[in-house]
Amino acid sequence: MPSNRLFTLLVPVVSVVMGLIAGAIIMHISGFNPIDGYSALWTGAFGDAYTIGETIRRSAPYILTGLSIAFAFRTGLFNIGAEGQVLVGWLAAVWVGLTIDAPMYIHLPLAILAAAVAGGLWAFVPGILKAKLGVHEVIVTIMMNYIALFTTNEIIRKVLTSGQTTTDTIAGSASLASEWMQSITFYSRVHYGILIALFAAAIMWFIIQRTTIGYELKSVGFNQHASRYAGMNVSKNIILSMVIAGMFAGLAGAMEGLGTYGNMSVTAGFSNLGFDGIAVALLGANTAIGVVFAAFLFGALKEGAGEMPTGAGIPTELVDIIIALIIFFVASSYIIRWVIVRFKKEGK
Amino acid sequence: MEYVIEMLNIRKEFPGIVANDNITIQLKQGEIHALLGENGAGKSTLMNVLFGLYQPEQGEIRVKGKKVNITNPNIANDLGIGMVHQHFMLVEPFTVTQNIVLGSEPTKKTGVINVEKARKDIQEISDRYGLKVDPDAKISDISVGMQQRVEILKTLYRGAEVLIFDEPTAVLTPQEINELMEIMRSLIKEGKSIILITHKLKEIMEVCDRCTVIRKGKGIGTVNVAETNTNELASLMVGREVHFKTEKKQAEPKETVLTIENLVVKDARKVDLVKGLNLELRAGEIVGIAGVDGNGQSELIEAITGLRSAVSGKIKLNNKNITNKSPRKVTESGVGHIPQDRHRFGLVLDYSIGENIVLQTYYKKPYSKAKVLNYKAIYDQAQKIIKEYDVRTPSVYTKARALSGGNQQKAIIGREVDRSPDLLIAAQPTRGLDVGAIEFIHKKLIEERDKGKAILLISFELDEIMNVSDRIAVMFDGKIVADVKPEETSEQELGLLMAGSQVKEGDPNAIQ
Ligand SMILES: Nc1ncnc2c1ncn2[C@@H]1O[C@H](COP(=O)(O)OP(=O)(O)OP(=O)(O)O)[C@@H](O)[C@H]1O
Ligand SMILES: [Mg+2]
Repeated sequence: MPSNRLFTLLVPVVSVVMGLIAGAIIMHISGFNPIDGYSALWTGAFGDAYTIGETIRRSAPYILTGLSIAFAFRTGLFNIGAEGQVLVGWLAAVWVGLTIDAPMYIHLPLAILAAAVAGGLWAFVPGILKAKLGVHEVIVTIMMNYIALFTTNEIIRKVLTSGQTTTDTIAGSASLASEWMQSITFYSRVHYGILIALFAAAIMWFIIQRTTIGYELKSVGFNQHASRYAGMNVSKNIILSMVIAGMFAGLAGAMEGLGTYGNMSVTAGFSNLGFDGIAVALLGANTAIGVVFAAFLFGALKEGAGEMPTGAGIPTELVDIIIALIIFFVASSYIIRWVIVRFKKEGK
Repeated sequence: MEYVIEMLNIRKEFPGIVANDNITIQLKQGEIHALLGENGAGKSTLMNVLFGLYQPEQGEIRVKGKKVNITNPNIANDLGIGMVHQHFMLVEPFTVTQNIVLGSEPTKKTGVINVEKARKDIQEISDRYGLKVDPDAKISDISVGMQQRVEILKTLYRGAEVLIFDEPTAVLTPQEINELMEIMRSLIKEGKSIILITHKLKEIMEVCDRCTVIRKGKGIGTVNVAETNTNELASLMVGREVHFKTEKKQAEPKETVLTIENLVVKDARKVDLVKGLNLELRAGEIVGIAGVDGNGQSELIEAITGLRSAVSGKIKLNNKNITNKSPRKVTESGVGHIPQDRHRFGLVLDYSIGENIVLQTYYKKPYSKAKVLNYKAIYDQAQKIIKEYDVRTPSVYTKARALSGGNQQKAIIGREVDRSPDLLIAAQPTRGLDVGAIEFIHKKLIEERDKGKAILLISFELDEIMNVSDRIAVMFDGKIVADVKPEETSEQELGLLMAGSQVKEGDPNAIQ
């Protein structure tokens, strides 16, 4: 049996490699050259300073939604609601960015905080329903996603604008945009958000691994009876876990609202940041550091995919299939795990 | 004589530990063969190897003389080997029938599960061996004893010829134990063979034909039960003399620690289970609660510890009211609790031993400061406990799940006793412990008493109650119905009291 640590590392790596192989096979069958395809993917993600900047920009919200799902998961909860939490976080950040007039050192932190609080509040609802009434958080968070989608759309139309589909751009004092980061990346949309995301990852690690809060949260996730016996407040911990998870996702909304776009638009569907966050968390084995790496991989895949139609002539639909395949293999790491164990045994 | 099962020179390692080191055990057709050894000696591991859950590093397994390679439990099933685990593996919301057919469902031609046939088969097997199991009952609604029979049925349904029982009696009441012994005898009569793991030497003497002893992973030998006695078995397994009766001085009870007045507690189904109970406990004494399971003992403990709310009545600790206070408040006011169900309440199995040792104290200094954990202090404390209480584990970083049942129990006892609470509630504290460990734990309890602590001991084993308590409170139908001294009573009398017979005021010997 390989040592545990090596094993947790091996599973995601093998998953990714298998996904890439499957993608290559698909390309080959459809009459495209996989090597051209993948070199276009690579160029699209890391080809020059601009694409690197864009890859980083894309990764920041993935880190945060990944952390959100990983955090909940480590404490025994399944947060399918990151999607909705992102939307309300985004809206709150833009709202503060538009309506408040303050110097940057107040305005920006306030807008970021608003996003976290909004995400946290949105997750508080499934948290309290689970804690007090035992309603399963998966069902409630899914419903909360739709409520978030339609409510934010409505607020953009009726409150933040008069019937428009996009809000004004936020004040410069609330923007995460970074002049110098842009200048070294040929004016990509990269912004300071990545620093917030990395800092959040450090926070998650610290809470989970080093504090009594994390000790209680994990304990409640593992065994509620023993936690009660030990004097912990089970309901409080379930709610707290959801709220912290929601805050991470809300911050992901701030990345978009204060960084990438500087505004918010009415949308017909979800951003998928929250759903992809599930795959990021899985691939990152629900650890903070793992999530950071997985998020960068996702960011790179999504960014690089844009280059495949132009660079290698592969139709966007096929690109979507290839990316989906890689995600599929990543998400089915359980199967990969099984295969590796099998392989090890026979090798003995 | 041909052996049905032979395990020859088996070796099984875990990271940091050799659980089985060159062990041999041979099972004859139609015998009940005991497997005896200290906690962590490697009994469960050896049986898990036979059942295909673990692969041995070395050694050979033969079934009816033929060498076999058991790589998973399905193969064990096909070879006619069935196992009743130390901790049951049943799906609670399912019915008995559903649980039994799970994984080998009989199907109709259409592929639909043939429930009727399954029910009939199960009923038939149940009748043949006198198991008295209702195929339609839900697992969550039946007693632990019944759940165990479901496990037995499960193996028989899959055609087991050889049954492995891993500490089946640890979770049973004396009455249920007698019934299980009967069931085993009828299994043998029908041509089955049995391997029985138990720590209770009396049981070995009663039903077993031969006994294989292992110590610290090594085989010590096999003896004929008819040619041995409990003392010899005990010293074979522990490697020294064991005293079954613990020496102790006369108790010197001092001020009152626990007072319970007219306590009423309901169970989960809203039925009164504790019905106006009164009890007093003093510093420096051990009070044993004797009673048949289900007479409100669990509810009483849960009410004292704050895990269940009392409907009415009063619980006072050191003259302070602790009725319906939270478990944290109760713990902080000086109550320790060795819970009856160690997996449900006692441990977070996915936490390391170290993390489990501070389960109630993690938020205090020195284990944490300003909410930041101090792992060094935590693991130092754990190190101290595992040394003092002889918890056999590769390290304090090992997950609690990986410890043997008895060593998990010792870790819990160490944690609770080490805090030296004013009131220690010990519910079935020696369940699943070997005789050596039992002796040690009894000594520890008496030591605490001599330090002036109050101890409430709940046990279904009259031996233990008689041996350790200074005073015995008999609990029947939610009340304390008698208060007797162990020197002045007998197991027979206790048995009658526990069954609800009346005793005249002040005359413990007069039983109606
Ligand atoms: N899955 C595992 N991983 C690591 N170590 C293990 C595992 N299972 C058992 N062990 C170790 O192997 C040794 C033997 O354990 P085993 O459960 O076989 O003991 P046992 O004889 O059944 O004891 P008990 O009477 O307490 O049930 C113990 O030291 C235990 O810590
Ligand atoms: Mg065992």
